[in-house]
Amino acid sequence: MGSMTDAPSRQNGPALSQEEMERAYREMLLVRRFEEKAGQLYGMGLIGGFCHLYIGQEAVVAGIGLAMKKGDRSITSYRDHGQMLVAGMTARGVMAELTGRSGGYSHGKGGSMHMFSKEQEFYGGHGIVGAQVAIGTGLALTSAYKKDGAVSIVYFGEGASNQGQVYESFNLAALHRLPCLYVIENNRYGMGTSIERSSASKDLSKNAAPWGIPSRKVDGMDVAAVYQAAREAMEHCRSGKGPFLLEMETYRYRGHSMSDPAKYRQRSEVDEMRRTRDPIEALKAEMIKHGIDESFFKAVEQDVKATVKDAAEFAETSPEPDASELWTDVLVGE
Amino acid sequence: MASPILMPALSPTMEEGTLARWVKKEGDVVKPGEVIAEIETDKATMEMEAVEEGVLGRILVTEGTDHVAVNTPIAVLLEEGEDASAADGLDLGPKAGPASKVEKNVPAQTPAPQAPASTSTTDLVEPEWGETAEITVREALRDAMAAEMRRDEDVFLLGEEVAQYQGAYKVSQGLLDEFGEKRVMDMPITEHGFTGMAVGAALSGVKPIVEFMTMNFSLQAVDHIINSAAKTRYMSGGQMSCPIVFRGPNGAAARVGAQHSQCFGSWYAHIPGLKVVAPWSAADAKGLLRAAIRDPNPVVVLENEILYGRKFPCPVDEDFILPIGKAKIEREGKDVTLVAFSIMVGVALEAAELLAEQGIEAEVINLRTLRPLDTETIIRSVKKTSRIVSVEEGWPVAGIGSEICTVAVEQAFDWLDAPPARVCGLDIPLPYAANLEKLALPKPEWIVEAVRKQFGD
Repeated sequence: MGSMTDAPSRQNGPALSQEEMERAYREMLLVRRFEEKAGQLYGMGLIGGFCHLYIGQEAVVAGIGLAMKKGDRSITSYRDHGQMLVAGMTARGVMAELTGRSGGYSHGKGGSMHMFSKEQEFYGGHGIVGAQVAIGTGLALTSAYKKDGAVSIVYFGEGASNQGQVYESFNLAALHRLPCLYVIENNRYGMGTSIERSSASKDLSKNAAPWGIPSRKVDGMDVAAVYQAAREAMEHCRSGKGPFLLEMETYRYRGHSMSDPAKYRQRSEVDEMRRTRDPIEALKAEMIKHGIDESFFKAVEQDVKATVKDAAEFAETSPEPDASELWTDVLVGE
Repeated sequence: MASPILMPALSPTMEEGTLARWVKKEGDVVKPGEVIAEIETDKATMEMEAVEEGVLGRILVTEGTDHVAVNTPIAVLLEEGEDASAADGLDLGPKAGPASKVEKNVPAQTPAPQAPASTSTTDLVEPEWGETAEITVREALRDAMAAEMRRDEDVFLLGEEVAQYQGAYKVSQGLLDEFGEKRVMDMPITEHGFTGMAVGAALSGVKPIVEFMTMNFSLQAVDHIINSAAKTRYMSGGQMSCPIVFRGPNGAAARVGAQHSQCFGSWYAHIPGLKVVAPWSAADAKGLLRAAIRDPNPVVVLENEILYGRKFPCPVDEDFILPIGKAKIEREGKDVTLVAFSIMVGVALEAAELLAEQGIEAEVINLRTLRPLDTETIIRSVKKTSRIVSVEEGWPVAGIGSEICTVAVEQAFDWLDAPPARVCGLDIPLPYAANLEKLALPKPEWIVEAVRKQFGD
């Protein structure tokens, strides 16, 4: 096995097919527009509490989504809206959970950070930094136990990568050769603390090396690179060779949460990333090179806008949960 | 179409703010994500980004204005090519908050919501199980796990030293031989990691039994027990379930010092979403652990190291199981109710003997389950005896005894002839020295003294 930390060269593998590009574009744009709308609803007071937007990181979930197969499980942190939409959860159900309404995935009892879908094998939405890494390792233990052939995708940020339980999980997954794909979404800032100021390890893709877990550093702003790396990593996991680690170099445009004063980085840094590295613009340019017509982008834009508008309307009009919901779902069978 | 730009809420608690500065001017083109203004909240100055594309048509609130309420229109956004006059028809009065959009389900003045009535524990009938045999608590626990593992392929055991070592306290003796290493998994000494892993496994379709070498080490994993296992069903609106057992020896052992000697009854009983059982006898251990493994919820099983080697009669019927949530009256009496759990049940029974010699007939309740608490059995007994003393090894502050005494006062005040009393371990970290340790833990004489006080002695 050994470490494979070189950035994959796009020339070595197949680029995305037209169908894959179209799907990735649609999903990334959906996440982007969904999050913009969520930000707007937050500003209007329709969404409360903590709300962490995914804007800028869309290529990570879209690329991995392309590589996932039916039955694969996923789990992430509180920055979870992108993962949920790509897992196939409905924009309506997610947005209505954000507004705390009965039409939300958790009937309004979970909120932005705590949503799940048994149907789409999505296991949350976790508010405790790093907790999802140990839990996600357990999703893979179920696969190993039941021999169901599924891979578990475990997303966490570079901030969480300093948590002790991450390394306890690496050890367990490697010991038991669990089909677990760990994905570090390195967006450079854990809340307001940059990676330089929080992590003595400068190359996070090497963080699982002591356990013999193969890994790769990936340009997380390039959906094709993400897809290619994820596909190879998931093949590794699925073939019984144990866990794999991908470090996605990505960037979030918005604050850590909605109440982020953004004093820890220069506005110019954000603007520069948006201008030169935007994953959606990059894919669009690539697609235009492949001869995909402007009409496609217009149609997708309209389609996505309609989906998001419908989700927002649903989320604003869905009734608040009934008071009787207070007491339900505490325990099974009561 | 022209649309108003509203004063945004930029934190969970913000109701108003200062419009510190307009970054864009009237007539400027704005794109989503571009900073258009700076807003001062009570916590910080924050940048306000445009959400929609358009032209900043008219500024309605000048920079430097204080106390601008959230949702007040502060500017008008025009579509490209639209004239500023397009804003004329807009309703630019303060926008109502989200409250107006839906009918609120909470009336303005409301009494505290009441929990729905729970099912009566008298419905939890314990059948006659017939023939018994003397076995140790250790054997009872092992037999319970083996029986449930034979019954359900999804049940497996993991923990430190549970497999090859046969259990640090020999509770899992023989299980590796029968079930193999897939279902009896030795774990590295990483409680946080393996507990989280077990919770994830439970959420996705299998039924782990997590053995903590002692419950003290569950503190390393307490976040997963509380935040991950107990709350996920609720936070998922009932989609997820977490059928898992957390078990291990709890409370004081013998001279192992403060870090290895404490009762977690009150800690875990505090948490909605968990069930907590604390067996005393071998029958308790076998019946309750089997029920815990079958329960579709996370269940904490608080065992006791000193009891592991003690023998008790236990039903031999291979279907033997006990209901969670049902206390047992171990000794009937008419003068005072003693409520205890785990090892303290034995101490309470000894006290009852001493009291009987003094002409006081004590009723001894073995709680068996700490959550949900069988308050019905407690209250029925108190209404008969008019006196209650709780007995626990744990600390007094916010302990199980505090709960029991409160329940007695709330539900049987008029029947009480004396203030409820608590007998607890001393409110100190447990010392090592043999004499000090002995002095710190409840003994029958303390209970006798507490009861005599209730009789005015």
